[in-house]
Amino acid sequence: MVTRIDRRMAKLKTEGRPALVTYFMGGDPDYDTSLSIMKALPKAGADIIELGMPFSDPMADGPAIQAAGLRALKGGQTLVKTLKMASDFRAGDNETPIVLMGYYNPIYIYGVDRFLKDAIASGIDGLIVVDLPPEMDEELCIPALKAGINFIRLATPTTDDKRLPKVLQNTSGFVYYVSMTGITGSALADTGKVAAAVKRIKGHTDLPVCVGFGVKTAEQARVIGANADGVVVGTAIVNAVANVLGPKGEKTADPAEAVATLVSGLAQGVRSARLAAAE
Amino acid sequence: MNKPATPNSFRTGPDEQGMFGIFGGRFVAETLMPLILDLERHWNEVKNDADFRAELTDLSTHYAGRPSKLYFAEGLTKHLGGAKVYFKREDLNHTGSHKINNCLGQILLAKRMGKKRIIAETGAGQHGVASATVAARFGFPCVVYMGATDVARQSPNVFRMKLLGAEVRPVTAGHGTLKDAMNEALRDWVTNVEDTYYLIGTAAGPHPYPELVRDFQSVIGIEARAQILEQEGRLPDTIIAAVGGGSNAIGLFHPFLDDKDVRIIGIEAGGRGLDGIEHCASMNAGAPGVLHGNRTYLLQNSDGQIMDGHSISAGLDYPGVGPEHSWLRDSGRVEYVPILDDEALEAFKLTTRVEGIIPALESAHAIAHAVKIVPAMDKDQIVIVNLSGRGDKDVHTVASMLGMEI
Repeated sequence: MVTRIDRRMAKLKTEGRPALVTYFMGGDPDYDTSLSIMKALPKAGADIIELGMPFSDPMADGPAIQAAGLRALKGGQTLVKTLKMASDFRAGDNETPIVLMGYYNPIYIYGVDRFLKDAIASGIDGLIVVDLPPEMDEELCIPALKAGINFIRLATPTTDDKRLPKVLQNTSGFVYYVSMTGITGSALADTGKVAAAVKRIKGHTDLPVCVGFGVKTAEQARVIGANADGVVVGTAIVNAVANVLGPKGEKTADPAEAVATLVSGLAQGVRSARLAAAE
Repeated sequence: MNKPATPNSFRTGPDEQGMFGIFGGRFVAETLMPLILDLERHWNEVKNDADFRAELTDLSTHYAGRPSKLYFAEGLTKHLGGAKVYFKREDLNHTGSHKINNCLGQILLAKRMGKKRIIAETGAGQHGVASATVAARFGFPCVVYMGATDVARQSPNVFRMKLLGAEVRPVTAGHGTLKDAMNEALRDWVTNVEDTYYLIGTAAGPHPYPELVRDFQSVIGIEARAQILEQEGRLPDTIIAAVGGGSNAIGLFHPFLDDKDVRIIGIEAGGRGLDGIEHCASMNAGAPGVLHGNRTYLLQNSDGQIMDGHSISAGLDYPGVGPEHSWLRDSGRVEYVPILDDEALEAFKLTTRVEGIIPALESAHAIAHAVKIVPAMDKDQIVIVNLSGRGDKDVHTVASMLGMEI
């Protein structure tokens, strides 16, 4: 089955440039604002959207995404509303791939079968579920693949060559390489090491390899994008939203515009990545 | 819930995937997965290794003071006028609670694995103190994550940890209690994968932690079973222990699980009552879900967001429970009942007055249930209550509950 992710990745390959994958937190700081951010992403140059599902206990996330999740939950966001957001976005954009990213418990409580059915109806293309390693594939990965949704796995610096085949086995869409051991929003790892890791993973799979965790600037996006098939930016986008919120959560400027400005710069970064690499 | 078929033995879990029925498992980020597999390999090596066992037994005896006594609580028995009440005196262990049993086992494991740094989470501070203690004894640097609320209400333990050389990092996320401390410890671990050993304090978390913590704590039940046979010539009718994450309870219960005539009761924190949200009775008022690496009963809302809960006892203030307890609940082998803050406080006061023992507020929950059921039992029946820790740490909390300043 070919998904929007597969089509988008194939298209970018013919264009000879890496994908810009943008993460934002669904419902942060409220539903309407968050939907306007989502709609602004492709216009600003995002190729794939990661729609964050807020969770009360995000164990792999740093302070910025923790705070964004709490703002979203306080604003009334639920998994039902996150799926509705995808569906509202799809009404105006049937091409940009949407990947839901978050933790398993809200999906488990929603019910896996019901979730997959509703996710497909909402135009979701892929899932990244942080706390479901390959050992737990029966839970959601296998049912998702059967339902025609990509299951995008995280590979990390601790995933050695012996373990990589297990991690890649049921992965589809793309491989998300976590650039360092740590939580989201930490400092970017040594880019030379990241490039070597991407090369190592590509030796095991034909899937595109996108790199995330620690990429915040257009320059970093350019450097990482020279070797990777995609660059994931999350914390910087979430921070762009936080920066235009006052102490009581009131908006001091338009969050969608703030995000669009940042993403435009990042998009220029990834678009110059291969040119720089060729020089 | 879907009740599993009654197994031939209740003592064979978990399976190779770390599951107790539908509970348990390894729900962790990929970064941690190789570490957990490595821990499992080492655990499987040492668990039947005679040298490891000998070293642990030697430390348990000469450092921690085991075996702990099984004490006939004559004062309480007379006061209640029913079955004979025995206390398993884990409060007499070095550091004042059962937590040392697990910490000694895990620090030896960390040493074997060549780790250089210890991290731990703590609620009441008992596990933090025990971790800081074994880290000092074996020369490891130690960082303890503790919710900011707990830092405030357990200040004597915070000071003890610092004296022992540990760094206590207050966690302000959420309500600043045990759940938040555990999140932060996991974030530390995922960042410092090369050299750090995560010394989990309760029988929860990803496999193999629930199993290995249970096995290190089972010394409680193994001793209690032998002691009651020695002292009374027969098994008890009922055994009772408080359940937060559930390590002291599973430690007492596990060796008795296949003694089908022994009634086993776990006590959850009923807080201010199960009607509202101010309790930590995940097995009485929660639903199965996934948190901190395992599937288990959790306090959560209809969207799968975890609730914070409440208990007078910091050690029971956790919205989940070890996965084996969830399985024992659904299988019907163990009953889990709530005890309210006020009932625990009354039992705390009663035990202090009639036994001259100041129990931990956690243990006071278990005693409170004995106070309820013992008067209706026959005088020749026997109840064992796990006195999991001493209450010195709780005197400030109790004083403020009683409207006193100390």
